[in-house]
Amino acid sequence: MTRYPVPRGIVGSLARRPKQHVHAVDGVSFTVAEGEMLALVGESGCGKTTTAQSVLRLVEPDAGTVRFRGRELTDLSNRALRPLRRQMQMIYQDPYESLDPRFRVRSTVEEPLLVHGVGSRAERRRLVEEALVRAGLTPPELYVDRFPHELSGGQRQRVAIAASLVLDPELLVADEPVSMLDVSVRAGVLRLLDGLRQEGLGILMITHDLSTAAHFANRIAVMYLGRIVEEGPAREIVRNPQHPYTKALLSVVPKPDPRERSRPQILQGETPDPTHIPVGCRFHPRCPIAIPECKQVDPELRRPAGSRSPEHVAACIRA
Amino acid sequence: MSQPLLRVESLHVWFELKRGAELHAVKGICFDLDRGEKFGLVGESGCGKTTSILALMGLLPPNATVAGSVFLDGEDILSKGEESVSPHRWKDVAMIFQGAMNAFNPVKTVGDQIVEPMKLHGVAEGKQARDRAGELLETVGIAAARADRYPHEFSGGMRQRAAIAMALACNPKLLLADEPTTALDVMVQAQILELLTGLASDFGLALVLVTHDLPVVAQVCGRAAVMYAGEIMESGPTDALYHDPRHPYTRLLFAATPDLLGEGDIASIPGSPPRLDREIPGCPFAPRCDRTFSPCPTVKPRLLQVAAGHEAACHLNDPAMAQAS
Repeated sequence: MTRYPVPRGIVGSLARRPKQHVHAVDGVSFTVAEGEMLALVGESGCGKTTTAQSVLRLVEPDAGTVRFRGRELTDLSNRALRPLRRQMQMIYQDPYESLDPRFRVRSTVEEPLLVHGVGSRAERRRLVEEALVRAGLTPPELYVDRFPHELSGGQRQRVAIAASLVLDPELLVADEPVSMLDVSVRAGVLRLLDGLRQEGLGILMITHDLSTAAHFANRIAVMYLGRIVEEGPAREIVRNPQHPYTKALLSVVPKPDPRERSRPQILQGETPDPTHIPVGCRFHPRCPIAIPECKQVDPELRRPAGSRSPEHVAACIRA
Repeated sequence: MSQPLLRVESLHVWFELKRGAELHAVKGICFDLDRGEKFGLVGESGCGKTTSILALMGLLPPNATVAGSVFLDGEDILSKGEESVSPHRWKDVAMIFQGAMNAFNPVKTVGDQIVEPMKLHGVAEGKQARDRAGELLETVGIAAARADRYPHEFSGGMRQRAAIAMALACNPKLLLADEPTTALDVMVQAQILELLTGLASDFGLALVLVTHDLPVVAQVCGRAAVMYAGEIMESGPTDALYHDPRHPYTRLLFAATPDLLGEGDIASIPGSPPRLDREIPGCPFAPRCDRTFSPCPTVKPRLLQVAAGHEAACHLNDPAMAQAS
């Protein structure tokens, strides 16, 4: 659970208006196993990035727990957290911003080792080269002395991935890892992540792109206004969605074949303001199948009647 | 045959860089567009698609040089530079930009900004213009009363709607849309695309949709051109581009686009686009192509007709070349 205070402004604080909070993430639960990729899918403002950041404790959740290999992270001090941070690495959306333009590739990839005081100079050199090879930048000699501006977008993102791999983590959190990249290089970066997953890494991927999630993730969790509204095996979610929000979201993904005219089920309006979350089911004001009960009942995640997988859950009283 | 609404002929754009270097961003592209037609200009970043439509609007920065002709209803609007473009800008040809967030002046109300082009072109002023601004906002799905609001009070999707209202202010015949949905969520994207296609059919508006997103073009446009390194690689009906691509780049771009329910592998295209500040002797795509053969690195392929209304610039379509190798 993560809440952000909403600035009241000087007038608001003088008038002692009550402090408002944005409930960015509200009671979200999920697991990521070894060798598994979970895609957290949703529109902007749904809380997917906040969720990812709480996992790494880059933001402090107000309630709830995060366990890594069974160990609770939420009440660890920063110092106690540090060795665990090595095991969990983050990949950001924009490789044009996440890399320091003044650092050569070698320094960028070596930095996490220096921060964590790992290895001698020669060992670090070897680890950097290994990480570059793992990230598909071969031969590493060709890349180590380059600056970010000498690399293409795809290569930059691979450098960022190499920097996150150099500490040999067990969990990667990738926030929209390909959305800034050109279509022609996206699949290469996604296949790289898929390969790492097959080697045993757990990957939490944040994305707004359902097609990408459908192809590369094992499981998909769909978020709406700070909650997971549906979760299950990726194939099941895209082929047999049960929550009306997931159905609508899937229906508006444009199809590349012009003969397959999409029949988009366009929801009116936009996601409500997270300071005013609707009572009952938070999706009911935009839901095409809402009934009066939906205004009262805040539905829990449970297995929907139409599901074909025991791991498939949806938060809808009508599913 | 009737005259097309828009005919672009051998459009070139060069940018002057520091130290005398020059970047040839658009290399002689040609296309035309009928009234009410929806045409896609597709390609990856740096392929020259945005530069091309900015050239049509006469909106390039001072370090750009433009050559070629742009005929609007038969009149060459580039022939006298700014003098011949400006009477048409916003009046006959309007544009919406990717960053709807940045298209508005933050210190003026949205309504005032919609009124501006109307005043400039003498379409309407005073109360009449303000009333029309309100109607335009209603047309794009925003309550007329919100004309008094400032851009920051609008969400991203609403700002893009307001930008469309502003583009429609002078009843243009042609709307150039540069990545109009790229920064938006899928649901809002669907709303904006529905709005654009609705407007095109209701007002007989022709649309040039510039995007990197092939599925968006496939769903919205009847015809499209695929650009790479400043050139058109292939153009034709979107159906043919998907089902019968005649340029490997088009085929690979579709193969690199994940389909929601598709089962196959998603391709990636190795390498990166060529630098545009030096001469490229052969096919610009040759270094990344999976079908390269002997003439490709040295001989420039011409855009050849491969079927009615379908052209591609690839030696594979040229029997003489294929035989010679």
